[in-house]
Amino acid sequence: MSRKFLNVLLPAATGALVIALWYGVHFWLAAEMRFLLPTPDAILAALRDNGDALWRAALNTTAGALLGFLLAVVVSIALGLGLSLSSLVRASLYPYLMILQMTPIIVIAPILVLWVGPGLRSVTVITFLICFFPLVVNTTQGLISTDRHLVELFRMWRATRGQQLLHLRVPAALPYFFTGLRIAATLAPIGALVGDYTAGSSAGDGGGLGFSALIYSSQAKYPALFATAAVTCLLGFIFTAAVLALSWLALHKWHDSYERADK
Amino acid sequence: MSVPPIVEFHEVTKRFGDGPLVLDRLSLAAQPGDFLAVIGPSGCGKSTLLRLIAGLSPVTAGRLTVDDLTPADAAAELAFVFQEPTLLPWLTVAENVELAQKLRGTPAAARAATRQGALDLVRLADRGGAYPRQLSGGQKMRVSLARALSLSPKILLLDEPFGALDEMTREHLNEELLAIREQKAWTAFFVTHSVSEAVFLSNRILVMSANPGRIHTEIRVDLPYPRTNDTRLSRAYHDLVAAGSRLLRSVEEISPVASRA
Repeated sequence: MSRKFLNVLLPAATGALVIALWYGVHFWLAAEMRFLLPTPDAILAALRDNGDALWRAALNTTAGALLGFLLAVVVSIALGLGLSLSSLVRASLYPYLMILQMTPIIVIAPILVLWVGPGLRSVTVITFLICFFPLVVNTTQGLISTDRHLVELFRMWRATRGQQLLHLRVPAALPYFFTGLRIAATLAPIGALVGDYTAGSSAGDGGGLGFSALIYSSQAKYPALFATAAVTCLLGFIFTAAVLALSWLALHKWHDSYERADK
Repeated sequence: MSVPPIVEFHEVTKRFGDGPLVLDRLSLAAQPGDFLAVIGPSGCGKSTLLRLIAGLSPVTAGRLTVDDLTPADAAAELAFVFQEPTLLPWLTVAENVELAQKLRGTPAAARAATRQGALDLVRLADRGGAYPRQLSGGQKMRVSLARALSLSPKILLLDEPFGALDEMTREHLNEELLAIREQKAWTAFFVTHSVSEAVFLSNRILVMSANPGRIHTEIRVDLPYPRTNDTRLSRAYHDLVAAGSRLLRSVEEISPVASRA
């Protein structure tokens, strides 16, 4: 069997197996407990019935996720450049970045809502807080991991600091940056969801997927709840796919990670 | 000899911080056109010697002049080739070779001409559009060499440039290096672990001893240039390799291994 064929067949088989198991568990449960695990077709039906509401919620969440993500990218690049200046700067800032990262967002989310206001603003800020740590760490690591001999060549060529940054440090940091970006892309929708779980209700725009989850859960509409989760998953895939495409554009010509094994 | 030396070490001492002495009152004069091979046990400071000339590290005491300038001021007359090809992987071969001139603001047309000349010298004229990862180890090293040559250096510093390559590739590159030198007579400092490579390439071999680094002996290599593969078959070549190997062995035995930083 050709490799290409297996590459399609195996994931499809895994998917079929999971769905079969899913139905199996559903019907194995006592009849009065089956609401705990709605069947895939019930979830699809809920997706159809609540399509308009979920679409609007998804757009709201996407807006927050995108804004928070982009804010995290901009701040991380600026902060990464600063942190890459010297180990002293890193030593003085890293502990506090760590504290920020260790602080459970879900705990401080309510107060954040009070600080920055409900709706899109707090969703953006919460997404930002969740995304920015992996980005800043990877960007900084990339900027300080430049090959020592290349730095020495630039010194011998009398390159200015700006030239060294533009022609050497920044391109050398790109693979690290995209690693951070990939992690952040999977976190962004989750961050936005957490954001509008706590802050989306009072936005006046119908809230995002987090708010939908809150509503469906309180109304015991479990198929719709699962449908909300599915939409969030899809959002995560779209974010990740977009970042993978960007990463491919920036790196595929030269970076070893895009080396074809059959070369 | 009336020609002033192009590189002169006068009682040069080097230590890193509070570490042990790396080079101890080293004196040395290289004449324009010299091809100096530097061999010696690990830790004898042969790489440090190159780094001092390149201005990558300051001398601790003594005087070092490069073309009558301090190493830092002579940077434009030097080119360095490391053991690794040290190419920028995100640039094509052509862009790599041109980069130093681009940073200096050389106009594109002049850059292209120099680049093409340098790539011709290393017989990679048709690979300008390739990325480094598409090249073999030997080809990458030749690009690195082309980049160094494109700077039209007076002095070429090579730190075990072919050390990571297989024997055949290394011998070919040695022959190419000498062929290129027939056209442009730079002064070369060539650090190597291989006595036969040193004999094949150089007119002077500095045998260094370690801890602290000193020049133990200098071997004159009077084999006539141009040298070809036939040179490797000559009696004189073999005698020199044998003598060099014996000398290196004896130097390794007298060099204390202790106190490596």
